Amino acid sequence: MARVVVDVMLKPEILDPQGKAVQGALPRLGFDGISEVRQGKRFELEVDGELTEERLAQVRSLAETLLSNPVIEDYAVHVESA
Amino acid sequence: MRIGVVTFPGSLDDIDAVRAVNLAGGEAVPLWHGDHDLRGVDAVVLPGGFSYGDYLRCGAIARFAPVMTEVVAAAGRGMPVLGICNGFQILCESHLLPGALVRNDHRRFVCTDQRIRIENAATAWTSAYKHGAEITIVLKNGEGGYVADQPTLDALEGEGRVVARYLGRNPNGSARDIAGIANAAGNVVGLMPHPEHCVEELTGPGTDGLAFFASALGALRSSRGGTVTLGS
Repeated sequence: MARVVVDVMLKPEILDPQGKAVQGALPRLGFDGISEVRQGKRFELEVDGELTEERLAQVRSLAETLLSNPVIEDYAVHVESA
Repeated sequence: MRIGVVTFPGSLDDIDAVRAVNLAGGEAVPLWHGDHDLRGVDAVVLPGGFSYGDYLRCGAIARFAPVMTEVVAAAGRGMPVLGICNGFQILCESHLLPGALVRNDHRRFVCTDQRIRIENAATAWTSAYKHGAEITIVLKNGEGGYVADQPTLDALEGEGRVVARYLGRNPNGSARDIAGIANAAGNVVGLMPHPEHCVEELTGPGTDGLAFFASALGALRSSRGGTVTLGS
């Protein structure tokens, strides 16, 4: 078993209203000095068996076709060490 | 003329779409997301709602529904396909239309009688309108902001593929006030506002939406008429 993490973020040029809402709440809670907040998604995939290059390539393909929409989002895949 | 209306888990406006097709003079045919079967229909409507709960992204999971394999193939053969609201999001996720729809810039759900202008009256779903017609139909969405990169937007404008544009204040942050677009062939149209809610005087702001469905029926009749002429 291996845990592969896929992070998905809106592309920098796409407006992130949710991140803006979070940022707007920060001063009201007394948190200063945070100039921008962007909200994304994190997927944790438990992959059965040995994590081969082939399996990783499958995960990247999954990230590109389902977990993210390349029109508006970027993704990053990394393996989490046990 | 038989127009299929797909029901996904979480579709809301499929019944209204069925009603609109029938009122326009067509025969509505219910289609099921889990079937690899379009039941021999001549056109397809993907209705509004929250397919699969809008989980992951709006339309992202509906794209992989068995019925969508058939819709994508039929669209490629020229079958008229109209995606309304969530249906528009599904068409973008399915790559039948370019771009994507993102959360409204003001973060609130919008529900209003929206004025729009028909910018292209040559598509399968707008041919019953006059070019430049200004109509009022219902708009209701949380993620209705159309986005695409600048070259894509320029291409859509240049090729006349912006089908409808919002008039007045931009209701959701949509790029270039875009309310609807078409594919290059003009048979696939995605529309954020809801013509199916504007087909009877009793409910909604009027009957301005009916012509979307009448357009497809007209397009189908003329294409079928062409076939008859060739065969005779």
